[in-house]
Amino acid sequence: MESPTKPEHEDDRRTGELTAWELVRWTWRQLTSMRTALVLLLLLALGAIPGSVIPQQGVDALKTENWQAAHPHLTPIYQKLSLFGVYHSPWFAAIYLLLMVSLVGCIVPRLFVYWRGFRKQPPVAPRNLSRLPDHTSFTSDEAPDAVLERAAGRLSRRHRVAVGEGWVSAERGYLREAGNLLFHLSVLVVLVGFGIGSMFGYKGGVIVIVGQGFSNQLSQYDDFDPGSLFDAGRMEPFCFTVDSFSAQWIDSGPRRGLARGFRAPITYRASCGNDPSTWSPQKQYDLRVNHPLTIGGSQVFLIGHGYAPVITVRDAQGHKIYDGPTPFLPENSSFQSFGVIKAPGLKADQDIGLEGFFYPYFAMINGDPVNLMGDDKNPLISLLAYQGDLGYGAGNSQSVYALDKAGMTQLKKPDGKMYRVDLQPGQTTQLPNGAGTVTFNGVQDWVRLQISRTPDVWLTLLGVILALIGLLGSLFIRPRRIWVRASRRDGVTQVEVAALDRSGGGDLAPVLSSVVDSLQAGVPRATSGETRRTEDDRLTKEGGHA
Amino acid sequence: MSDLAWEHLSNQAIGAAGIVYFLALLAHLVEWSALRAVPVGSAARRAVPATAGAPASPADALTADDGPVAATPSGAGESARFRVDMFGNLALMLTVIACAAHFVALVARGMAADPNRVPWGNMYEFTITGSFVVVAGYLLLRKRFGLAWMGPIVTSVVVVLLMVAVLWLYAPIEPLTEALNSYWLVIHVMSAIVATGAFTLGGITSALYLVRARAEKRGTVGDTGYIARLPALATLDRVSYRIHAFAFPVWTFAVLISGPIWAHQAWSSYWNWDPKEVVAFITWVIYAAYLHARATAGWRGRNAAIVALIGVASLWFNFIGINYFSTTSQHSYASGSAVVSLRVD
Repeated sequence: MESPTKPEHEDDRRTGELTAWELVRWTWRQLTSMRTALVLLLLLALGAIPGSVIPQQGVDALKTENWQAAHPHLTPIYQKLSLFGVYHSPWFAAIYLLLMVSLVGCIVPRLFVYWRGFRKQPPVAPRNLSRLPDHTSFTSDEAPDAVLERAAGRLSRRHRVAVGEGWVSAERGYLREAGNLLFHLSVLVVLVGFGIGSMFGYKGGVIVIVGQGFSNQLSQYDDFDPGSLFDAGRMEPFCFTVDSFSAQWIDSGPRRGLARGFRAPITYRASCGNDPSTWSPQKQYDLRVNHPLTIGGSQVFLIGHGYAPVITVRDAQGHKIYDGPTPFLPENSSFQSFGVIKAPGLKADQDIGLEGFFYPYFAMINGDPVNLMGDDKNPLISLLAYQGDLGYGAGNSQSVYALDKAGMTQLKKPDGKMYRVDLQPGQTTQLPNGAGTVTFNGVQDWVRLQISRTPDVWLTLLGVILALIGLLGSLFIRPRRIWVRASRRDGVTQVEVAALDRSGGGDLAPVLSSVVDSLQAGVPRATSGETRRTEDDRLTKEGGHA
Repeated sequence: MSDLAWEHLSNQAIGAAGIVYFLALLAHLVEWSALRAVPVGSAARRAVPATAGAPASPADALTADDGPVAATPSGAGESARFRVDMFGNLALMLTVIACAAHFVALVARGMAADPNRVPWGNMYEFTITGSFVVVAGYLLLRKRFGLAWMGPIVTSVVVVLLMVAVLWLYAPIEPLTEALNSYWLVIHVMSAIVATGAFTLGGITSALYLVRARAEKRGTVGDTGYIARLPALATLDRVSYRIHAFAFPVWTFAVLISGPIWAHQAWSSYWNWDPKEVVAFITWVIYAAYLHARATAGWRGRNAAIVALIGVASLWFNFIGINYFSTTSQHSYASGSAVVSLRVD
């Protein structure tokens, strides 16, 4: 669209500059208009939809990968549109940044308008009150001044009142706009707080085997998701030990086989650096779901649990090449778990790798184990064995939950048939080809902990609470203007009352009638009043506005 | 009483409530069909009188207004008037009875669980509580806002909701999953359910606004029938706004305050972009757009009502639909305890 004052002569520099300025102003005005804000709000809602339907990389990476594998044709298109990371995508950012600009551009001028208007007197009563949609009139024998004086006295209780020649003007509900402004400003505070929290904060997950400890250092985490301005040097120096873990297994009812009442008592110190003399005293906490432990500004959450079979691997010469609990990751709610054991050999190509499942409560069906439930009452490990080179020498980092089989050969029975290590606690088995032995010593629990720090979360919380207060004010305070005009005509006093609800949510008929009642109180009426307020009136009003 | 007895009581009370709501709906239908014989003007039997909500006026015109009706000239009108009164009162009474049974069902559901708890642990329980809030809100606001015309719609919506709950969403009583076992359940779910009930009432009003606006535009409002007895457009718009204005802060509290606080406690993160969170946020944005639309020239009235309807669609999709759409949602109550949901990174 072009500005109507755009000059015809493009070579005239002065007016050309003016046009550019006008274009900027026009754009700004468009951007900060309510209509644009409304469209942007709807766009924001629309833009958020794909993120709720398409799996998101940042929310569930595994599901996203599966989806991508299942839809090879759509995936490249979706990736171009950032549909796997909607909330970090440029176009989503564009919508909310425009919305923010629109919000600021709308709110700041209104702040000034409000500041100036706050001390203003109510406006002069319109000349013809009967033109207003909500009005009424009556006649009285009193002098106009007496009526107006009573009106001013009556209205000044809950209104700001101005009195003029033959009229009284009253206004109330100034705080509605204050609430409105407070709400919108608080939205900005929330966003700033949210931004600070996610930029300077972090969250990380770690699996800790019961009985083992953790100290809050970057290297100790299994996965770590820092904010963009996170500084590892400022991590709080706490440490803790997971003392035990217990869960109640439900053995009847519809939730049979599932667990609840997870508890992981832990012993922690808020500060434990290299020098034991600076350690803070040891404390206990009963860590449970919904009951995180707060240490300083960080919080520790119990978000998962599982089993770590204790396995010993010996090589052909009987040397212990692996010994200890290894966390296996649950694959379903009955805790059939998958895991890998990597036992580096003393000689090259003598590494032993084991890969397979842990069954907490197994039953053998046709020679294969089937898991019955998650309680570890009858555990079994069932693993495939490999021998060769684990690939540690290459210097590349490896996942502890995946076996690199490039340099490994699967161990088979002498007759070439499939070989599987099936062991119950306390059992030992010989690997084929005299490669060594595997012993299953027992089972330990592990817990998965999420540790996070969100700095200045109070700012966000404060913003949200202020926003709610502002919202309540802007929705429930009713700004209202009431005018009374009185004049003497033909020996009687004609009194007109009109009201205007500026929020569009009020019903003014009772307001008008209560004002009229209070003006007529105790005064004999000259003639009966005539109230013009019908639904048809409202219809015309509504039609006129639309 | 044993837990089993409570459970039976709850199931029977829900069944009874559903049947009585249906009877109330039938009574409303008889009432409104009888009203077809009574022109709006002649009997002055508007569902909401001209000065809606005014303290002096009988807001509850369908049952409380008998002055002008005596002027009805014909005998047919007289018998129709009798039927209107009779079935209107009957429908209201049946709705109150059904609502009481509905309440008993909720209490018994909570008592049947071991340990006792609020009946908000799964979709079935959310839905029967949400529909209870719709009816209770309608009954509470009926006089104040003159909502008598909403009777047939509310009873039919609730009958449908209860059928959906009993046929598709029913789940046996079970203890709460670990992540749900928190006092935030009361705060968060209560506010979400109250807002859902209120938004539903607001959505009904907005839908009727659109129906009436369309009829007026075509000039088919006429003198008899349901549409003729709906309040004027401005009144519908105002009632709708008031209900939404109540529900919006409650929804804000549920979705953007208590939700994140609880999510932080249970799942260690204030905002996870979980599908249910996203759609709840979308719903919030749509209702924010509704409130802005009412203040924007060219959007108030019809367009605002359309936005409100989009909002209610999004709300109920989020309430029920998203659980089927996305099974990995942390809000998908069908799955086992949240504590085993391990993300393997």
